[in-house]
Amino acid sequence: MTHDNDILQATRRRVVMGTAALAGAAGIGLMLTSAPASATPASMRAAIRKVVGEAQPKKGRIKIDLPPLIENGNAVPLTLSVESPMTAEDYVKAIHLFTEKNPQPNVISVQLGARAGRAVISTRIRLADSQKVVAIAQMSDGSFWTEELEVVVTLAACLEGV
Amino acid sequence: MTRCAALVLVAALLGPPALAAEIPLTERKSGYDFMSRETRAMQDDETTNPGMLWVLDGEALWTRKDGAAAQSCADCHGDARTSMKGVAARYPAFDAARGRPVDLEQRINICRADRQRATPFAPESKDLLALAAFVGRQSRGIPIEIADDERTKPFLQAGRDMFHQRQGQLNLSCAQCHDDNWGQKLAGAPIPQGHATGYPLYRLEWQTVGSLQRRLRNCLFGMRAVSYPFGAPENVDLELYLMWRARGMPFEAPAVRP
Amino acid sequence: MARALINVPPKAKRGEVIEIKTLISHTMETGFRPDPTGKPIPRDIITDFVCKYNGEEIFRAELFPAIGANPFISFFTVATASGTLAFEWTGDNGFTATESVDITVE
Repeated sequence: MTHDNDILQATRRRVVMGTAALAGAAGIGLMLTSAPASATPASMRAAIRKVVGEAQPKKGRIKIDLPPLIENGNAVPLTLSVESPMTAEDYVKAIHLFTEKNPQPNVISVQLGARAGRAVISTRIRLADSQKVVAIAQMSDGSFWTEELEVVVTLAACLEGV
Repeated sequence: MTRCAALVLVAALLGPPALAAEIPLTERKSGYDFMSRETRAMQDDETTNPGMLWVLDGEALWTRKDGAAAQSCADCHGDARTSMKGVAARYPAFDAARGRPVDLEQRINICRADRQRATPFAPESKDLLALAAFVGRQSRGIPIEIADDERTKPFLQAGRDMFHQRQGQLNLSCAQCHDDNWGQKLAGAPIPQGHATGYPLYRLEWQTVGSLQRRLRNCLFGMRAVSYPFGAPENVDLELYLMWRARGMPFEAPAVRP
Repeated sequence: MARALINVPPKAKRGEVIEIKTLISHTMETGFRPDPTGKPIPRDIITDFVCKYNGEEIFRAELFPAIGANPFISFFTVATASGTLAFEWTGDNGFTATESVDITVE
């Protein structure tokens, strides 16, 4: 599947290159280089395993808030929230986010604690393509919880060179 | 479909040149209205709007003494919150000494050269954009108002003509997309009406703040037409027309756009 | 130093959960973008962000190239006592930035 996508990307780039040759604009060369490295489901699983070890994360308790249709993959608002009483005995230790198709799988890793009061963080992330993202929550009792989400990323319509 | 193939198809379908109908005043929508809920929230909230980083930089520059005259903007203009209120919303404005309109960035550089006796900022430089963002911020919410009189008339007409002129390898005019086909999709993204209500703005595509001239140069590049260098009168004439076209709409700087 | 914008409620009640919003200017160059000749522009990102409340660490984030330019990070903490919230960003090429904000807790 990834291989087909690579071919599609390469074809797209060749068509753009043909038009660019006509346009003769130097700036467009910026976009026509070889395809960047890309994570794979396997490298994402390896990155997740580095965090959870041999444990099997259970589905639930963590929620991923991302727009289902993303206008621009450069700055996508993300909120991760975990259900937890956030007391000294029962709290969220860490939250992690991974992607399947970005050049590398890690996005962010956050250390929390009972002092957080609420296990909710927000940031803006980059998403290279329509893909799946996976979030992992690590609890004070050693358990791991997970959630995943599929998102669609669109790009600016008019190519820019400057 | 590839993006450029989509543009070619649009150009082919749009047929022989005809004077595009201007959007009726009551039907005008800012680019804000075409954005997702999340991007709108990013613009509205000054604690999350990345453009505010430039506004903060501009605020610092406002009081910095500079140039052979060792003057700061504040030395002449005092508190920007009062002296600059409404200013950005009426730019480009006619400059009597130069006999033609200038945009806000040019005005800032004119002040730098004439009053501060300092080197003008380079186009799209961080300092120039920061000051423009700071001054722009003082007009947030204020309706855009561009003078339409004997002095500005020829330049407005030049800008209007450029907006309606087919150009470039795709033989497209601005009007064909932004007057005639706004709201429709081009390669998955909605075509906005092209009102310059929020400049300088943080464009997610650029990952930084940029000016209207930068955006116009990119538009022309995307149309496979020759763009004009920064500061070229053609750019300012088009800016003048675009701001006049957006008259009455609230100024949004520093806006956020995808 | 990079400019940072911090938003913390200036006053809070003891035990109240407050939201802290941070924004810092930084290009977060991923290391995957090609330059005009096709060579990748070297990575230059913020890698770590720490918040301390009266000297005690209350939040830590490890950032990767997938975090957008001009990083925005918001999180929560329990208002325990009046004092200072200290923020530190560190990253590639020896990048560091610090900011601090006072808070009154009654």
